[in-house]
Amino acid sequence: MALDLEVNGKRVSVDVDPATPLLWVIRETLELPGTKFGCGAAQCGACTVHVDGRAVRSCVLPVSSAAGKRVTTIEGLSGAPKEALTQAWIEEEVPQCGYCQTGQIMSASVLLTENKKPSDGDIDACMAGNVCRCATYFRIRRAIHRAADLMQGGGSAR
Amino acid sequence: MKPQTIERRTFLRVSAALGGGLLIGFRLPGAVEPASGEDFVPNAFVRIATDGKVTVIVNKAEMGQGVCTSLAMLLAEELDADWSKVGFEFAPVDPVYAHPGFGIQMTGGSTSVAGMSEPLRKAGASARAMLVAAAARSWNVGAAECRTEKGSVVGPGGKRAGYGDLASLAAGIEAPKDVALKDPKDFSIIGKPLPRLDTADKVSGKAQFAIDVRLPGMLTALVAHPPTFGGRVKSVKSDAALAVPGVKKVVEISSGVAVIATGFFPAKRGRDLLEIEWDLGPNAKLATDELRAEAKRLAATPGLVARKDGDVAAAAGSAAKRLDADYELPYLAHATMEPLNCVVDLRADRCEIWAGSQFQTVDHAAAARTAGLDPKLVQLHTTFLGGGFGRRANPASDYIVEAVEIAKAAGAPLKLVWTRTDDLRAGYYRPMWHSRIGASLDAAGAVTSWNHTIVGQSFIAGTPFEPFIIKDGIDGTSVEGAVDLPYAIPNVQVELHTTKIGVPTLWWRSVGHSHTAFVVESFLDEIAHATGADPLALRRKLLAGKTRLLGVLERAAKEAGWGSPLPAGRARGLAVHESFNSYVAHVAEVSLANGRPRVHRVTTAVDCGRVVNPDTVKAQLEGAVGFGLTAALYSQITLKDGRVEQSNFHDYPMLRIHEMPSLAVHIVESSEPSTGVGEPGVPPVAPAVCNALFELTKKRIRRLPIRTEDLKA
Repeated sequence: MALDLEVNGKRVSVDVDPATPLLWVIRETLELPGTKFGCGAAQCGACTVHVDGRAVRSCVLPVSSAAGKRVTTIEGLSGAPKEALTQAWIEEEVPQCGYCQTGQIMSASVLLTENKKPSDGDIDACMAGNVCRCATYFRIRRAIHRAADLMQGGGSAR
Repeated sequence: MKPQTIERRTFLRVSAALGGGLLIGFRLPGAVEPASGEDFVPNAFVRIATDGKVTVIVNKAEMGQGVCTSLAMLLAEELDADWSKVGFEFAPVDPVYAHPGFGIQMTGGSTSVAGMSEPLRKAGASARAMLVAAAARSWNVGAAECRTEKGSVVGPGGKRAGYGDLASLAAGIEAPKDVALKDPKDFSIIGKPLPRLDTADKVSGKAQFAIDVRLPGMLTALVAHPPTFGGRVKSVKSDAALAVPGVKKVVEISSGVAVIATGFFPAKRGRDLLEIEWDLGPNAKLATDELRAEAKRLAATPGLVARKDGDVAAAAGSAAKRLDADYELPYLAHATMEPLNCVVDLRADRCEIWAGSQFQTVDHAAAARTAGLDPKLVQLHTTFLGGGFGRRANPASDYIVEAVEIAKAAGAPLKLVWTRTDDLRAGYYRPMWHSRIGASLDAAGAVTSWNHTIVGQSFIAGTPFEPFIIKDGIDGTSVEGAVDLPYAIPNVQVELHTTKIGVPTLWWRSVGHSHTAFVVESFLDEIAHATGADPLALRRKLLAGKTRLLGVLERAAKEAGWGSPLPAGRARGLAVHESFNSYVAHVAEVSLANGRPRVHRVTTAVDCGRVVNPDTVKAQLEGAVGFGLTAALYSQITLKDGRVEQSNFHDYPMLRIHEMPSLAVHIVESSEPSTGVGEPGVPPVAPAVCNALFELTKKRIRRLPIRTEDLKA
């Protein structure tokens, strides 16, 4: 059955089993591979996307639940938090294998949209759902702080 | 073009590259020749385009360790390249890309920088010499009158030509037979914290992992693996699975039953609906507690002697005091973030494969064998790896063989995907280990003997690596880190029992050191406390003359403020270990929160010889702390009725951001040859943490992962 959703600003109609997790519609039907499969059980956050501006684990969300809603993937992420996070992630050289990083950035961008100056505790609360097997967490924390500084026009390295 | 074998083995070879660029290849000593009938395959480490872009061909798997940048830096240094114009590509499978020591194309043992330094520097220097010769010829001057800087040749009278402008000309220049390498004091790239070449694509999501490869008409397969190791399919009822819209086929393969569908979700639904009757096979009764008990029993009996210095029995007989302990470590899964997967495009006359392989030569051969094709008709494309840790270097090429088997039935391009549950339940694992360890002390508290008996499986036995790694029945990977005990103790004996258990095992980041360092460094701490010695002072005394171990030990201790007061409820512990010819010491600072360990800070010192990229070194050591902590705090694969009990990250937990300690990595400067950093940071993590926990609680952790009950007063 056909379902209408808005993905990265474009209206799309997909003809899939409505129980299909949003992740697979994004990756296979819409061919946007930046959103990753890690656990299939909302345990690792590699599949994090935004639905109506909120970070969700797309591996357990049936696509029918996203019908009529705005879905944003790493490919369509834009705005000040995205720019700042991208710059900070590169300057801090965060990624190792890189597989989880798009999910990390999707979670972090919601954090910075809602909280211009997150504390370490805020970062923990927002980012604890995103696993990094390479354990780049130390740099993820630094990069989020740096991105917050960049957004405030500081741009200074911490 | 089919060069003579002698030429291929011996000389730098030059050929015109696609697009009129310059392609330089280099035959590595120890490289194996192509399999029979293997035609010429381009072999090269660098391509210089007419626009000046330098592409370094990376013959190692990029699984996070930064190798695509480090290897490019080695070559770019000697080429005098303009770093802003340097990029990389992953190498195809070819003998020229073989590991210089192991003779096959593979990534492991923290050997990439160590092994490739000289070949890549020579390849860069040779290319540079040819560009200089080309410029000199066109200017009609002597090569000695020219120099290079940042991607250009500079000649007399202000003459200057970019490498891109010289590319076509240089293609006609004969490669020099011998080239001089730079004096390290002249390095402008090696040793600098240059940005990684793969960061931007990994941030934007453009980096392609094998799971992201998409081919027209491609189908997706999931496999129902037997619930026990060595189990077999007795019968399958697939009607319900085949009724799922999108499911195309259900096929029995050697590793189970594959469901082939139009996508992941229908394949998963179909798999869930299979009704399979299994022959559970010979391992249906395996249980962790029984395996533990049997290992403990064996550890108290004599094993094969792996090291014997002096006479431990005599020393024990005259000891004023004996210390004896049993240490246990569990099976561990690699749990790479990117679950295992493989894309296969199998045609009647050829086969293309995309995989995040650490083991190209082996996987390529296995794919060809499984496809029934001549190896020269099989192409393996190495993508980025969403983590490796050894799992993607399997002598059995399990998931590659599985994918090709399914592709034979699919009749379309095929992607095999393992779920996280498959990853945790279908093998392979770091073996479980038992150590029986003891020491004799004289009346003054000096250590007079050390005996260590190790019990565990060999994942080398029965593989093509056996003749190289197993000597006189001793698997070197089982006892590494124990036989090379660095402490000055007059009588030392290390013994090994190699068990045969039907659980598939494999190397896991830091291999044997992942268990031996925990045992050795914890037990040394036991000796320190039993003799009233400071753990740092005892190590200093027993490591006299071991300058590199002492170097990292002293540095980590100093930077951590060893011996300085801490707030109430906190304690420090340290550990030092050599692995893969690199030296790492960690000092961990811990407390307890609700009875569970909390690691606040880890201070690290590393000596890995001459550093290629200091930021990469720091990143690897930081990551190793987190990886080691996950194992120390959480990880265990357990068996009941032959079945793995864990199924996803809720019961095989990973360290998360709020549990990550604050880190400080200090690099000890060295002009020794470069050695690896992917693995050496892992082994000393668990003992540093457990030694700190002892300081805090007086409870000795002798079994990983750390159990709350073992810390209770």
